[in-house]
Amino acid sequence: MTLDDILAGLFPNGSDIGVAGAMISGSAIHPGAGLVHVLGISQGQPLGVDEAIVLARRVIEIVKSGDRAPILFLVDSASQRMSKRDELLGLSEYLAHLAKALLLAEAEGHRTVALLYGGSAAGAFIATALATGTLVALPGAHPAVMDLPSMARVTKLPIDVLKAKAEATPVFAPGLENMVQTGGIHVIWDDNAPLGPQLAAVLQRPQGQDDRAWLGTERGGRRKAAEITDRVVALAAAS
Amino acid sequence: MTAATANTDSLSWYEASARQRIDALVDAGSFAEFIGPEQREMSPHLAIFDLPEQFDDGIVIGRGRLDGSPVLVAAQEGRFMGGAFGEVHGAKLTGLLRAARTLRQDALILFDTGGVRLQEANAGELAIAEIMRAILEARRAGVNVIGVIGGRAGCYGGGSLIAGTCSRLIVSEQGRISVSGPEVIETNKGIEEFDSRDRALVWRTMGGKHRYLIGGADTFVDDETLAFRQAAIDALKVTRGCGVAVLEAEQSRLERRLQRFGAARDAVDIWRALGISGPTDIPALPTDAFLAAANNRENADDAR
Repeated sequence: MTLDDILAGLFPNGSDIGVAGAMISGSAIHPGAGLVHVLGISQGQPLGVDEAIVLARRVIEIVKSGDRAPILFLVDSASQRMSKRDELLGLSEYLAHLAKALLLAEAEGHRTVALLYGGSAAGAFIATALATGTLVALPGAHPAVMDLPSMARVTKLPIDVLKAKAEATPVFAPGLENMVQTGGIHVIWDDNAPLGPQLAAVLQRPQGQDDRAWLGTERGGRRKAAEITDRVVALAAAS
Repeated sequence: MTAATANTDSLSWYEASARQRIDALVDAGSFAEFIGPEQREMSPHLAIFDLPEQFDDGIVIGRGRLDGSPVLVAAQEGRFMGGAFGEVHGAKLTGLLRAARTLRQDALILFDTGGVRLQEANAGELAIAEIMRAILEARRAGVNVIGVIGGRAGCYGGGSLIAGTCSRLIVSEQGRISVSGPEVIETNKGIEEFDSRDRALVWRTMGGKHRYLIGGADTFVDDETLAFRQAAIDALKVTRGCGVAVLEAEQSRLERRLQRFGAARDAVDIWRALGISGPTDIPALPTDAFLAAANNRENADDAR
């Protein structure tokens, strides 16, 4: 689905959302949920220092407004921008700052929902989609930590061998279904059904703790993470 | 020897193992490990790739005392899989940080990592996200989470994003912080963009001195365990939380950095813009002279 299709589907009464370069920013009135802030990164672009600082500013402004309205973060990006300039300027701080702003918004009472409708990878994925309270995706979205050819180079394994291994486990290979099974994506939306009610359903989820590791356990994609995490908390409390 | 004394004579942080670093950092004999190697909690995924596991999955977590006060400590072992985050490795750190919040105890993360472990990339990536959320929630509960960076593997990839979520960072010259590693930039964008074999370029772009000068780290120390210990003791004396005021201050700080240095082509240009006389000498300066030269650096002032 194109960005225009998605926005029309989510907000049939219209919206005031601008796209400047790769960045999406604005707001809309959702038929059920009322005011929704919308921002994001589009067109499969990389996330660098210049984009992250603009998006973070917008999130902080929303938190300061005190309206507690939901934030919908749309994601179709590449990875973090790989450049000497971005690293020279401290890209890790800019990406972490954007992630903290989104986490702050959730903690301050805004529901934060990311909709992955295209690609995303590595640091860009962590700083945007994975920093929201709930991540959902549309069919055809394609999250990745690293693409298989690069992974083949780093692991020094032939790509056919990697593909065969990927059949046996969701834990390493790129792809939407793998990210669902490991608990990173809450649900894949039905693109044949109206999107508005599907957003409303997500917004009705009670706001709570980070449950991604437990989702991974239930879905069989991460069998250890939740149990280990909880065991450490219990050990620390008992000693 | 009292409970609040350091463990050993100083040794190189860079050369030390994860366990040696913890022993040297906390008060002598005070460390108790959670899920130690005797529990054999290893990666369930490395066997798929015919790779050897390690009994602690490359991270040591537990509680010790620092100058008499209890602290939760995690130390990554850069010599196992480059200190990379896998499912078990990451879950141990997530658990420690959730305990920090629940128990209102400060935490120290001794980074030594290349980022996400590719053989379990999805689990590693999610662990990074879970750790960052756990840090923010702990900080909002009034807990300090201090990052310590000076190991062999540096602090790369998702590790650098976790570092950016910490309340304060302590670095040595060896402490490289960067999202994309030199080889990753070169592989993807070409040797004209970044020559990963140019070690001087790597150090001045990503190394501890540059990060300290632009406000990317709060304390710069010698590559000695006792210096790291003293810096950690000092770092725990102030608590700032992580509310809208802190993030607004960080927003201003990072915007100012882009305005001041956004057109710089090299770290030396930034150091010159900071008013450092003899910016090309920075890499060679010993710590005392470097700290004197760094007098007009961009200070984060806890805006992180």
